[in-house]
Amino acid sequence: MSFFRKTIKRGLLLGGAAALVIPAAFAADISGAGATFPYPIYSKWAATYKDKTGIGLNYQSIGSGGGIKQIKAKTVSFGATDKPLETKELDEAGLAQFPAIVGGVVPVVNLKGIAPGELTLDGATLADLFLGKIKSWNDPAIAKLNPKVKLPPTLVAVVHRSDGSGTSFLFTNYLSQSSPEWKDKVGAATAVEWPAGIGAKGNEGVSGIASQTDGAIGYVEYAYAKQNKMTYTKMINKDGKTVAPDSQAFQAAAANADWANAPAFYLILTNQPGPTSWPITGASFILVYKKAEDPATLLKVLKFYDWAFKNGQKAADELDYVPLPDKVVDLVEASWKANIKDAGGQPLWK
Amino acid sequence: MFRGATQSAAVLVLVLLGGVIVSLIHGSGPSIRAFGFGFLTTQTWNPVTEKFGALGAIYGTVVTSLIAMLIGIPVSLGIAVFITELCPPWLKRPIGTAIELLAGIPSIIYGIWGLFVLAPFLQAQVQPVLIALFKPIPGLSTIFAGPPYGIGTFTAGIILSMMVLPYITSVTRDVFQTVPAVLKESAYGLGCTTWEVVRHVMLPYTRVGVIGGIMLGLGRALGETMAVTFVIGNAHRIAGSILAPGTTISAAIANEFAEAEGGLYTSALIESGLILFVITFLVLSAARLLLQRAEQKAQR
Repeated sequence: MSFFRKTIKRGLLLGGAAALVIPAAFAADISGAGATFPYPIYSKWAATYKDKTGIGLNYQSIGSGGGIKQIKAKTVSFGATDKPLETKELDEAGLAQFPAIVGGVVPVVNLKGIAPGELTLDGATLADLFLGKIKSWNDPAIAKLNPKVKLPPTLVAVVHRSDGSGTSFLFTNYLSQSSPEWKDKVGAATAVEWPAGIGAKGNEGVSGIASQTDGAIGYVEYAYAKQNKMTYTKMINKDGKTVAPDSQAFQAAAANADWANAPAFYLILTNQPGPTSWPITGASFILVYKKAEDPATLLKVLKFYDWAFKNGQKAADELDYVPLPDKVVDLVEASWKANIKDAGGQPLWK
Repeated sequence: MFRGATQSAAVLVLVLLGGVIVSLIHGSGPSIRAFGFGFLTTQTWNPVTEKFGALGAIYGTVVTSLIAMLIGIPVSLGIAVFITELCPPWLKRPIGTAIELLAGIPSIIYGIWGLFVLAPFLQAQVQPVLIALFKPIPGLSTIFAGPPYGIGTFTAGIILSMMVLPYITSVTRDVFQTVPAVLKESAYGLGCTTWEVVRHVMLPYTRVGVIGGIMLGLGRALGETMAVTFVIGNAHRIAGSILAPGTTISAAIANEFAEAEGGLYTSALIESGLILFVITFLVLSAARLLLQRAEQKAQR
């Protein structure tokens, strides 16, 4: 009996505490919607931020397309997208845009006897593989890049994402830059008309099929490849150097990019210069209104990201994301000052 | 009062249905204007150049449902006959419960099981045998052409057949139980075998119910989304081989709607939803027509 009574007492106490906390939290929450790729880090930041400030963030990871639609419909305080909007579209909707987090895409293979990082590819070869032009793994084009690796005659099985995704956008964008044929025939988008292979839903689908199929090649987000110990490949970057995918290589790509001269931060981080830059890197972007109807909430959004830029690096590292380099953070906050106004036309961010 | 409440509940369904049709047609407007009838006859699905045709998805929807029905109907009817006629009483309950539990499994579980268990099994054990078996036969050799990916239209059809199984089985079992014992006993008394009783007494007596159960299953197969998405390979291409990857309308919508950018892309997806609606409607009305014909014949 006493056990029961204790449990009930505890339950009542907890319930009472929750009833006290919830109204306060509801009143102060900010809401966002969009890209699925940064969802784990945004929600981790949000949890820590709520502990510190009491301000919660309700982020719905409904996809970049959905995020853009929601912010245009003004149902959320900010939208999030993996694919930056061009200045024209931003201006039409009165939106400002800034990058918030960096991540990378990694080719993964399933070949007997090949260890993670053992195989090296370049952009043109990767494009030919996904075009279905390279049929077997002992093709001379692959052998030339890997003179020391004993390549099996296994047939190539291409695996790509079937759902529209920012990961596919970065990957196809890189292939378009590396191969004129890919650019002509396929192009770059969150979903494309894939010339070869099998489509699988999400990172988990791609990794599931790749791990079952001998000779498979696919692409997944870096965090996913790392946490599941998948057989990633190295890449030859724009400077002709061989790089392995790790957070330094993504950060190098983000730091070497020419942010200062990119209008509205419209910059896709694929194929950036620099000897240590990973070629398939990308930032995830936040969309907010330049002239806020509700300046108090917008200021909360900016304060949240300011806090995340300055205090969120460790959390990002733990989840295998790459925080924005400091000089990019400075540029972002300068752009807030210049572009985001309150009702009276005064800068909201001081 | 009671009459009014039930009436408004019934009218609500009609209003909802009408609302769905109107918003589907409205949403597909841009796509209908841009592609016209060609949307139904081309299989290009290129979000980059914004050229869309739904033929690949329509083909995949029809073929996967066909495979599901080819496997699902005989197995379901077999189970129903076994339970009502041949099963020892102590086994009835467990089999019946197992079938009903199958209906309760969420489709995502079927999808994940299909991807991680069924697909590798088919790839390693079944598909190579099928490919080798049908290689010398013209026609069938194209339908079962390799390579064995494991996932594809065929696998999706098999998963769907498992998903429609409980629907068809429980409906047919219930209607089989409505056959009056007198009819069956007299047929047995005349010296009929169990097969003859099923074929000439039970099936004619329960025809309407059985077809109803099959239609319920077919409806599920046509619209199933998640499980199919995982195992079909999601390619908007029509391949001669059923072992090759394909896609269905609902899988394409589930995959692409969230990230579809630009009005035309979204609109093309909505139009394919409209087409699925029309296909389902046609199938159901065809079934009704069939039933009416059969009843008229029986009355004559």
